Amino acid sequence: MREKFLSLSTVGVPLDRTNVDTDAIIPARYLKTIKRTGLGEGLFFAWRYDMDGKERPDFPLNRPEYQGGEVLVAGENFGCGSSREHAVWALMDFGFRAVIAPSFSDIFHNNCLKNGMLPVTLPAADVRSMMDALLAAPGGKVQVDLEGQTVTGPNGEIHAFGVASFAKTCLLEGLDEIALTLTSAAEIDRYERERKKATPWLFLDLAG
Amino acid sequence: MPTLFEKIRDRHVVTRRGDDVLLYIDRQLIHEVTSPQAFAGLEAAGRSVRRPGAMLAVPDHNVPTTPDRSVRIEDRGSRDQIQALRENALGAGIALFDIDDPRQGIVHIIGPESGLVQPGITVVCGDSHTGTLGAFGAIAFGIGTSEVEHVLATQALWQKMPLQMRVVVTGTLRPFVTPKDVILAVIAEIGAAGGTGYALEFSGETVRRMSMEGRMTVCNMTIEAGARFGLIAPDAVTFAYLKGRPLAPPPSLWDAAVADWKTLPSDPDASWDREVALDASNLEPHVTWGTSPQDALPVGGVVPDPEKQEDPGERARMRRALEYMALSPGTRMIDIPVDKVFIGSCTNSRIEDLRAAAAVAKGRKVHANVTALVVPGSGLVKRQAEEEGLDRVFLDAGFQWRLPGCSMCLGMNPDKLKPGERCASTSNRNFEGRQGPGGRTHLMSPAMAAAAAVSGRIADVREVAR
Repeated sequence: MREKFLSLSTVGVPLDRTNVDTDAIIPARYLKTIKRTGLGEGLFFAWRYDMDGKERPDFPLNRPEYQGGEVLVAGENFGCGSSREHAVWALMDFGFRAVIAPSFSDIFHNNCLKNGMLPVTLPAADVRSMMDALLAAPGGKVQVDLEGQTVTGPNGEIHAFGVASFAKTCLLEGLDEIALTLTSAAEIDRYERERKKATPWLFLDLAG
Repeated sequence: MPTLFEKIRDRHVVTRRGDDVLLYIDRQLIHEVTSPQAFAGLEAAGRSVRRPGAMLAVPDHNVPTTPDRSVRIEDRGSRDQIQALRENALGAGIALFDIDDPRQGIVHIIGPESGLVQPGITVVCGDSHTGTLGAFGAIAFGIGTSEVEHVLATQALWQKMPLQMRVVVTGTLRPFVTPKDVILAVIAEIGAAGGTGYALEFSGETVRRMSMEGRMTVCNMTIEAGARFGLIAPDAVTFAYLKGRPLAPPPSLWDAAVADWKTLPSDPDASWDREVALDASNLEPHVTWGTSPQDALPVGGVVPDPEKQEDPGERARMRRALEYMALSPGTRMIDIPVDKVFIGSCTNSRIEDLRAAAAVAKGRKVHANVTALVVPGSGLVKRQAEEEGLDRVFLDAGFQWRLPGCSMCLGMNPDKLKPGERCASTSNRNFEGRQGPGGRTHLMSPAMAAAAAVSGRIADVREVAR
């Protein structure tokens, strides 16, 4: 059972950068854990803190106006690079529940959906105007309605967004995808029996 | 009419749900960093591994590369993850190449080396560079930990059909121009997000002439163009590489396997959502100047000027990159000094890579200001290199000769850059802090990295080796 995603009305946090990679979201040294929790501490570490460990006051996550915001608004190709799901765990542990961007990397996008986090893709111009509004008037609210598939920006402008219907159901109901797939176990069995005849070399045990 | 990708996909469909297919996964590779939570999730749900015999586990990301690693690993987190991998693999009956196993190495090196990566298969790993394995004509892709758990439990994954892009590379590569330069040029051309949503098939005479090692280097970095999948059609080069490997089809099934593999290449009239052509005949050795792999240019070039960039978003990104890299527009790339050189990673740590670097290092000395590391991709690569005397060449030139692992590619083990240090690296990512907090990375080929090591700065290997 994953966390359910319903709707949000929250401070929007602008991260005005493109190609934000998952190494930036959560540096490798924070990956040395066997748990999914507690990763918020390392979120955007090198951008939140300087080399001496002092907070960088200008970084949005450190500014008082943006505290408690649950929606991150970012530039294109968000979450590129490493497949580390820790990036999503870190964002969620810090308190984020949705990211709005013009585009996402494929793996990060998938990882979000597996964890009850909503990646919202909007046209670049719409993200730009939302970003500008949040930068100009920090603390502006963003509403995300998954059921109705709309985002309402700080100036009241409404944007529709697309989401795959199965992903939407999983998010709204917090479904366990593995349990769902296991309802197809008989089909997986049948597939294996057939493929074993066609390509027997793929069914040799790797452990010998 | 189908493409290579479509043919493989079609034979792996278990069932469908709207536009999604439940794709059967033939093989999963597992490493210590992205798997512990998957095994824990499985256990918490009371589930077991459906087909342990389809999996192979290896510690690589955070293993130290110094000999003391078999005695004790100082870092507690690394130790715990490696121990968890060991326990999870043994508990489930999954094959494990443990830290002292001569076959241990980087997951994307040891998979092909063992022969388990074959044409026509689907193979996944909780690592974005899994696309490397598509060089065999396979659907190979990186996944997150939740999907690792899903594959452990079901041996299948729900997938959407990606768009199909073909990259056709033609022309004969000039001396010292390598597959690494080809892929850096492709990424520079289509951009770090140009391949998002696509599977990229590389074809053309230049690719056909590449060895399997070179093809793996090309497919390895497709993710740096945003594409989860890189593929190259299997051919005689592929079959010759696989024949006789321990986990390749045995002699009794070999002919049937090859006959099947020959049916896989994209049909001549296959349709593509996008096609890109690269004439590589005048390609030069490439290096990166910035903090995205798309920031690649010929080594004879200069650091670009953000103010000449019209797109404001890209201008801001370039400014940030130059500030991070401490570089000024107009600086010649060959005037940039380096502190460290790293030859290794799943991109460039195979035997051919080490031979290319050694050919440049031979009879020369690592510059006094430089610390240079050579980290073979696997125990078997290391052994072969030692049989060929490459270790002596490197050691005599002043390089360090290490044990296999991911090492300084991502700075999870003790091999890291210090803040402000600049590295000539054969790895795949020049992101901020990738090789250590505050570290600065310039990506290049093994021969170019060796040239930088002996020059103390970024250098044109063609000049150095002359």
